This record gives sequence, structure tokens and C-alpha cells, in this order.
Amino acid sequence: MTMIDQLKRAWAISKKDIMIYYLKGPVIIFGLLFPAFLFLAFMIGRDLPVDFLIAGLLGMTIFFTSTSVTPVIAPTETQTRNLERLAASPVSITTILLGDMLASVLFGIGISLVPILLGIALGVAITHPFTLAVAIVLASFCFSAMGLIFSSTPTSMTSTVMMISTMVKFPLVFISGIFIPVGELPQWGRTLASISPLTYITDLCRYSFQETNYYSVQVSISALIMFLIIFMIAAVKLHEKSLPKRL
Amino acid sequence: MNAIEVNNLTKQFGNFTAVDHLDFEVENGEIFGFLGPNGAGKTTTARMLTGIIKPDSGQVRIKGIDIQQNPIKAKQIIGVVPELSNAYTDLSAWNNLQFMAQLYGIPNKQATKRAEELLMKFDLYERKDHKVKTFSKGMKQKLIIAMSLMNDPEILFLDEPTSGLDVRSTRLIKDMVLELNKEGKTIFLTTHDMEEANQLCNRIAVINHGNIAAIDAPEKLKMRIGGLEWVEVSFNMPVDSSDLHAMQGIVEVQKSGDKLRLYTDEPGRMVYQLVDYSRLNDLEIMTLNTMTPTLEDIFIKLTEEI
Repeated sequence: MTMIDQLKRAWAISKKDIMIYYLKGPVIIFGLLFPAFLFLAFMIGRDLPVDFLIAGLLGMTIFFTSTSVTPVIAPTETQTRNLERLAASPVSITTILLGDMLASVLFGIGISLVPILLGIALGVAITHPFTLAVAIVLASFCFSAMGLIFSSTPTSMTSTVMMISTMVKFPLVFISGIFIPVGELPQWGRTLASISPLTYITDLCRYSFQETNYYSVQVSISALIMFLIIFMIAAVKLHEKSLPKRL
Repeated sequence: MNAIEVNNLTKQFGNFTAVDHLDFEVENGEIFGFLGPNGAGKTTTARMLTGIIKPDSGQVRIKGIDIQQNPIKAKQIIGVVPELSNAYTDLSAWNNLQFMAQLYGIPNKQATKRAEELLMKFDLYERKDHKVKTFSKGMKQKLIIAMSLMNDPEILFLDEPTSGLDVRSTRLIKDMVLELNKEGKTIFLTTHDMEEANQLCNRIAVINHGNIAAIDAPEKLKMRIGGLEWVEVSFNMPVDSSDLHAMQGIVEVQKSGDKLRLYTDEPGRMVYQLVDYSRLNDLEIMTLNTMTPTLEDIFIKLTEEI
């Protein structure tokens, strides 16, 4: 059995996820409505440059959309009794997670086009489109893998997973330079920001739109790759442990 | 080479031993029943045999392939209908089958042909584009079995396949199992339904508390335990059962409604004695039946022993 075979099977799982989960309530609420209202709450009444706002909105959108699909799949399939069927088929746990991640990545990339098009409509120029594209793809993978960690919770309750993920995601929004640029944070704030993957995608967005980045492009991309690897390894290990408990 | 070979299979959950050093083989082409009461370790064993969970120790070979060492290769040649499993209810029957085909790496053309064949066979073709959430329980179960057959498996694992189904759907599933076996498939059937096991299985393993109490053909199992044949008799008026205790060859007398159940190793001799008893006491025999033990009797006896 080659790796290509497993990749094809992961793609089959992605297609299934796309057909079933994109329009589920928690995905719409936590992936679309939540970042939109959070952003509006931040923006209204403040006189901030549009390119600064769009960069922040883009970072936040990728973060919320990419982490909204994967945490829904595992608890739902536990509840609907599809998981055992999947576990009995000739695919590894890594293949199942890769499939779920791909569905989430495509959702993240697709929805990230909304703030980009909004920015273009408001006259914001993309100075570094290639860097932005790489950043969006990389961040979508990274946050989707992060979502997989949340979904390893051995429960059939989507609300439990969503509560845990919100508890982690919400504080990250405030320490990752979305509302206040990293350079303007106090030293402790900058230290906290450096351990959040969201900081690096926001910084890459700022670079792509305004060239006002705090970290170099290489540092941000390396950090995202590093977070992706750590999240994926952790997700596989945690799911291997939790799968028997969810059957 | 046997279809399934199980050696020293053990699984613990904390301090509880769910499966305790099991050893057995399933021969090619047989319907092998795995019987046990609730919590006996049936589903845990079936999950280990199908590579869904890992054993703590022991070995499972599927057509000679160690499922722990080579799970993808072993799973490729089996079909599984897990207990309480479901098809994707938000997808159509067709999409569920195609998804299974993709998971097993079946080429598109072959998958289309196979899905059409299975939908026709299971009488679901007309509903192929309908979402599974609109299906009845029986239709869903037929679809789940069809999904497990997409890869044309050599061995089919069925975990309580008729559980919760009505009489008609149950009969249909049983007929399908027999037909699939006739086509050459080995069937591993987990059930707690004695009659189902009796009707379908070539051999049966009775499991309780994670141990195997007995493995044999249903009729041999019935013969294995003596003193379980009985004569059931009713008279036109009540009789004192202590009179019957005095008869030769009686093991036990039990009252069953308006009838008396006389357990014995010699049912023929018992009939003569009952006729003599009725003449002597001026009684009329209303009913008289000789009964052999059912699989259920064997099951109760075996599961009480361990």
C-alpha cells in the first residue's frame, strides 16, 4: 500500500467532510459569524487605517474558519456512529486526520478570500501577493491541525469540543497583534505573542498589505511550519489514544 | 491456511479483563457464530479481530496476515458491519457506497458497477439518490451491509446484524448471510440471538467473562450436555409432583404453567412410565411432548459454569 493510495483515501475523506460538515451550525457560528462580529466590535467607533483593519480581519478569519471544521467532525462522527465504520476501513489514523485537515484547509482558504475581496473593494493594495498566498495556505494547515488537537477530546458532544477550543482561541486573539500591533505591546505582551501561531500569520498579512511587519517573513513562515509539525504530531498521538474511548 | 487465527488474545480496560487469552480458528467458508451474553467480550473481540482496537497481547491473523503488523493489508480483504454502526445519513445511499469504494481504493468504473449490483441485490436501487436519513431502520441496515461488501471481501464480520430489526428485515438479512456464505465468503457472526446462531452457523463459540466456554457445531453442543432432555406432560387434573419423582430416570421435575417438565436422560422410558401412571391413577393425558435441549439451554448452562 503506497503513500499515494493513502493520500487518495484522505482526499475521499475530505470530499465526504465537505459534503457533510461545511453547512453545520457550529461551523457557521464559530467559523463565520464569530470572527465577523468580533471584528465589528473592535472596528466600530475607532479611526484606524483600512489596510491595518483588513490585515487583522484576514488573520482572524483564517484562524477562526480553519479551526472551526475539524473540531466538529470527530465528535459528530462519534455521536452518529460513523467512526467505527471508518476505523474498520483500510486507512490509518493519520490518513483520517489528513482528510479532515484538508477539508478544513479548503474552507479556511475559501473564506479568507472574503476579507481580501473586501479589502480590494475598499482600495487596499496587496503589496506582496505571493507571500500572502503562501501565508494563507500555511496558516490554514497550521490552524486546521490545531483544530484536530481540540477534536481529540473523547466525547460525542460537539459543544464540549467547541467550548474547549473557544477557551484556547479567544485569549489567543488578544495576544497575537490583531487589535494592537506586536511592536506596540509591552515586553511581556511580545513574549506572549511569540508563542501564538496567530501572531505570525497576522504579521505576514501586515507585511503583505502594509509592509509593517514585526518579525521577518522567514521567521514567520518558519514559525508557522514549526507549529504545523508540532500540532500534527500531537493530533495523531492524541487521536490514537482517544479513538478507542470514542467507539 | 485458516480464514481467521486467534492466539492468546487479551484485552484489559483498567483492572477489568474484557477478553482473556482467547484461542480459536475460523475455517475458510464457514459461518462462525460468536455467542455470549451482554458484556461477555464479544464486541471487544470483534473489534480486535477487525483491527479497530489493539489487543494488549496475543495475535490475530486474517488469511495469514497479522492485523497488528499489517493492518491496512488485512483490512483490505475484510468487510465489517460494526454493532450500532451507521451510514452517513446526510449522504445518499449512492454516495455512501462510493465513499466506501474510495476508502478501499476501488477504481471508479468497478465501483460504479459494484454499487449498482449491490443496490439492486438489496432492493435499494430506486432510493439510491435519497439521503440515508429518509431510510427505515431495515433499509439502513441493508445499506450498511452493502457498504461492507463494496470491496468484495473474503471475510465478513457481522456484529449483531439483526439487532432491533423487525421480523421481515431479520429474515431478509439472514437469507443474505446464507447467500453470501454460499458465494464462498467466510462469515464471523457476533450475536446474542440463539435462534439466529442455530439457523445460520456451522460452528459456534460461546464466550462469557472474556473466556471461551465451548466451540462446536450447534447440534454437537446440544449433545454435549446430558440430563437436559425432558418430557412435558399435562393431565386432566392436578397431580402431586412428588409422585413423579419416584419414577426411574428422573433428574428433576419442574412445573411449567399447567404442565410438568420432567428432565431425564431416557425420554422414551419416561413416556411408558407416564402412561402407566395415568392408567393407575385414572388420569387422562392431555399433552405429552418429548423435548431436546435448545441452544438457549446450552448457552445458559455454559455461561453459568464460567
